Amino acid sequence: MIDSVDNAKATPEQEQPFRELGLKEDEYARIREILGRRPTDAELAMYSVMWSEHCSYKSSKVHWKHWSANTTPEMKAKMLAGIGENAGVVDIGDGWAVTFKLESHNHPSYVEPYQGAATGVGGIVRDIMAMGARPLAVMDPLRFGAPDHPDTKRVLPGVVAGVGGYGNCLGLPNIGGEVVFDASYQGNPLVNALCVGAMRTEDLHLAHASGTGNKVILFGARTGLDGIGGVSVLASETFSGDEGGTGRKKLPAVQVGDPFTEKVLIECCLELFAEGIVVGIQDLGGAGLSCATSELASAGDGGMLVQLDRVPLRATGMTPAEVLSSESQERMCAVVKPSDVDAFMRVCAKWDVIATEIGEVTDGDRLVITWHGETVVDVPPRTVAHEGPMYERPIERPDYQDALQGNGPEQLARPSTPDELRAEVVRMAASPNLASRRWVTEQYDRYVRGGTVLAQPSDSGMIRVDEETGRGVALATDCNGRFVKLDPYTGTQLALAEAYRNVAVTGATPLAVTNCLNFGSPEDPAVMWQFEQAVRGLAEGCKELGIPVTGGNVSFYNQTGTTAIHPTPVVGVLGVIDDVRRRIPTGIGAEAGESLLLLGDTRDEFGGSEWAHVVHGHLGGLPPKVDLARERLLGEVLLAGSRDGMISAAHDLSDGGLAQTLVETCLIGEVGARVFLDQDQDPFVQLFSESAGRVLVAVPRSEELRFTEMCTARGLPWRRTGVVDPESQSLEIQGVGDLPLAELREAWEGTLPALFG
Amino acid sequence: MRIGAVTFPGTLDDSDTIRAIKASGAEAVALWHGDADLKGVDAVILPGGFSYGDYLRAGAIARFAPVMGEIIAAARGGLPVLGICNGFQVLCEAGLLPGALLRNAGLHFVCRDQWLKVENAGTAWTSRYDAGAEIIIPVKNMDGRYAAPRSVVDELEGEGRVVFRYAGLNPNGSTDDIAGISDPTGRIVGLMPHPEHAIDALTGPSDDGLGMFLSVLDSVVAA
Repeated sequence: MIDSVDNAKATPEQEQPFRELGLKEDEYARIREILGRRPTDAELAMYSVMWSEHCSYKSSKVHWKHWSANTTPEMKAKMLAGIGENAGVVDIGDGWAVTFKLESHNHPSYVEPYQGAATGVGGIVRDIMAMGARPLAVMDPLRFGAPDHPDTKRVLPGVVAGVGGYGNCLGLPNIGGEVVFDASYQGNPLVNALCVGAMRTEDLHLAHASGTGNKVILFGARTGLDGIGGVSVLASETFSGDEGGTGRKKLPAVQVGDPFTEKVLIECCLELFAEGIVVGIQDLGGAGLSCATSELASAGDGGMLVQLDRVPLRATGMTPAEVLSSESQERMCAVVKPSDVDAFMRVCAKWDVIATEIGEVTDGDRLVITWHGETVVDVPPRTVAHEGPMYERPIERPDYQDALQGNGPEQLARPSTPDELRAEVVRMAASPNLASRRWVTEQYDRYVRGGTVLAQPSDSGMIRVDEETGRGVALATDCNGRFVKLDPYTGTQLALAEAYRNVAVTGATPLAVTNCLNFGSPEDPAVMWQFEQAVRGLAEGCKELGIPVTGGNVSFYNQTGTTAIHPTPVVGVLGVIDDVRRRIPTGIGAEAGESLLLLGDTRDEFGGSEWAHVVHGHLGGLPPKVDLARERLLGEVLLAGSRDGMISAAHDLSDGGLAQTLVETCLIGEVGARVFLDQDQDPFVQLFSESAGRVLVAVPRSEELRFTEMCTARGLPWRRTGVVDPESQSLEIQGVGDLPLAELREAWEGTLPALFG
Repeated sequence: MRIGAVTFPGTLDDSDTIRAIKASGAEAVALWHGDADLKGVDAVILPGGFSYGDYLRAGAIARFAPVMGEIIAAARGGLPVLGICNGFQVLCEAGLLPGALLRNAGLHFVCRDQWLKVENAGTAWTSRYDAGAEIIIPVKNMDGRYAAPRSVVDELEGEGRVVFRYAGLNPNGSTDDIAGISDPTGRIVGLMPHPEHAIDALTGPSDDGLGMFLSVLDSVVAA
């Protein structure tokens, strides 16, 4: 028997499995209070999934005050849509709006690497479509356990193949991302996915259902039993309303993706947008129809009536609760004027997309869902979608923090002789976190759609948005979890600084920030301390840089037992470039006679560095100092240099320090260089320190004086550190030795293939 | 001069192909899989992608699309046809070119800037190149390993119908390093690498791919 509202009223004392669905006693009591009765099975399924940490942000929402407190009117002015929408939208000029967002798919990807990663890409792409934009490109920041651990050999190839398998078939170029190894991610790999899209500013579509009588249309794939959050409970015998019995097929909680359906859905959506027949649109992601219907209704000005039995299914005997919670992929929900329904259906038919009118906007303020004539849901939609519980979790700086910061890298043995230094350069270039990512990025299509100007191994990905004017965007994501572990506030600002710098070195102007905050359990006060510090650090850092946070995502519970991952607030920065033809490449050698200049200050900073990690397996001390005013100045100098054609190549200094930047600059440019170190500073510090705010630029000799005078005038420290040698196939570092590019290439490119085949 | 580019459900590089056709100076005509109508074009390109999600076999379903009936008939009548990547797979499935494209030897999708040797500069799609020229254009696919019975490969080699060969590292283990082939007339050509992604050094490794789009203009004018 179906658990209707009438039945719920008649059986107030019926036991309900709210605990198994993840609700706390007081949360369940609140649902009963909101409704004035016990919820039906379908309502319980809806509330439980919408009030989950993943959908409701109940532990993190209280910290969002830092975003608003640190967003000035000037920063707000560039935002066309911000936090709370499916994705943030910024104005990039020439009538173009760009939307971008990062999201996590960590847990599914550990259980089922291929499908978890694939559906992570699919979900973020639909978020971008729900803003009315054409998706332009994807990026994937990935983090895995120790590279030589057997489980990493299971997870990494599956995740990479899943990202590629879905994105390649979808026809979106993958223009960058990260691959980081650290034992802290062993039981909790991080699979984050970013998508960027563009639209004309007037075409922005926000998710809301307005206009009484407007129709609600579900389109895309059929709804099945895959990806039901509480499948074990929902399909169990004790949960009344399940008529499937013991013989029914239980499908995995990880969704299964079909990129072909999504590709067709994208083209169908874009044609619908172009026809101007969409009033509101929402993607179906986590929490499926529960989320889409309650969010659409909650954001609109009326109520909504949905006939759930009209939803096209791919399994028989599904209960209303299952239909509402299914996370079957490749589905969208639109609100359409009655007069446009025929036109809507014609476009869907052209693309062979199944579209079904499942309900309409009503003039009440209730979300009512019926199942074969019986009312199974009757709720105020805001209580489901926007007024979920909010917790102020206890926060406490962990006991170990002092000891961790006290255990600095000063006592670590450092190489000093030329031979030792030379060997260290090669060893670092071959280390798993610094080695070439080619084994991974070769499995991703970076060319499709023809707009990719920069992709890995560049510091940022760059995409042309406007073919006429050449206007485009650059994107970078960064986070060094070790820095964040040592000092969450500074570490997060270092992630922001690095992403900002990576965008600036391509000649683009940083414009907006998104994030994916990956942390351990919010119920651990130490984790919440890290989280609070990270959010505050990011918000205050963005204010200092003058670029707004437009959106983000939180992933908690990334831990094994009581051991949390390194706190990993991945920061994505989006920049705009008025003409992609003036982008600054990473590799040297494009012009004859280039000088190498090192911009910024190098200090003895090794806490959390790649060198301490690789050579000593050490993590302790304090991360490098962060100076956001300096980062801003650096960005301005790079922009001016790029505009005036004074810079022929640029590469930021980060993990591995100057040594790694030199190795990559030469290998990518396929040309040698001669480098002179400063006689007044320890060569080891100069080569391997990870001081922030530094960039290596190649400047044509004819422009050198003009460029250095500009740096001096603006107060940016610079040092002439070498010359490009087009005749040489060797990186020659004075006082260290000669490093043939062939040897460096073998070290740099050999590591990942040797590990993963 | 009008060149058509076909869109099947799941075709991905159609807009790139249209951009390349325009860059060569010709008029680009979008052709829809469901319409048995070639709109009077002078040549047809089947772009890359994953038509019908590569379900069953790459190209196996697209081959039955209404537009393919027209293309097969017109190609037998001499219409120049170029199949790129998935388009090459469709041409093999349609029987316009011999052989098949199998899963890459490494079992991975491979996206790489690839050196190719132009083995036959006498086809409708390669006349702008010098025979033996080496060009660099992207290759990106999952099923790019050309295979055919030895007798067929010998025939292709003997008749100069191996149009492109991988130079340097073979990305997928194809027989005899074959990257592209033609029919006996040289008017139907299929290749795995993507010339439409090498028309401008800003967005590709080179502009070496443009030669294919320019070549067909010459051949249409000459015909």
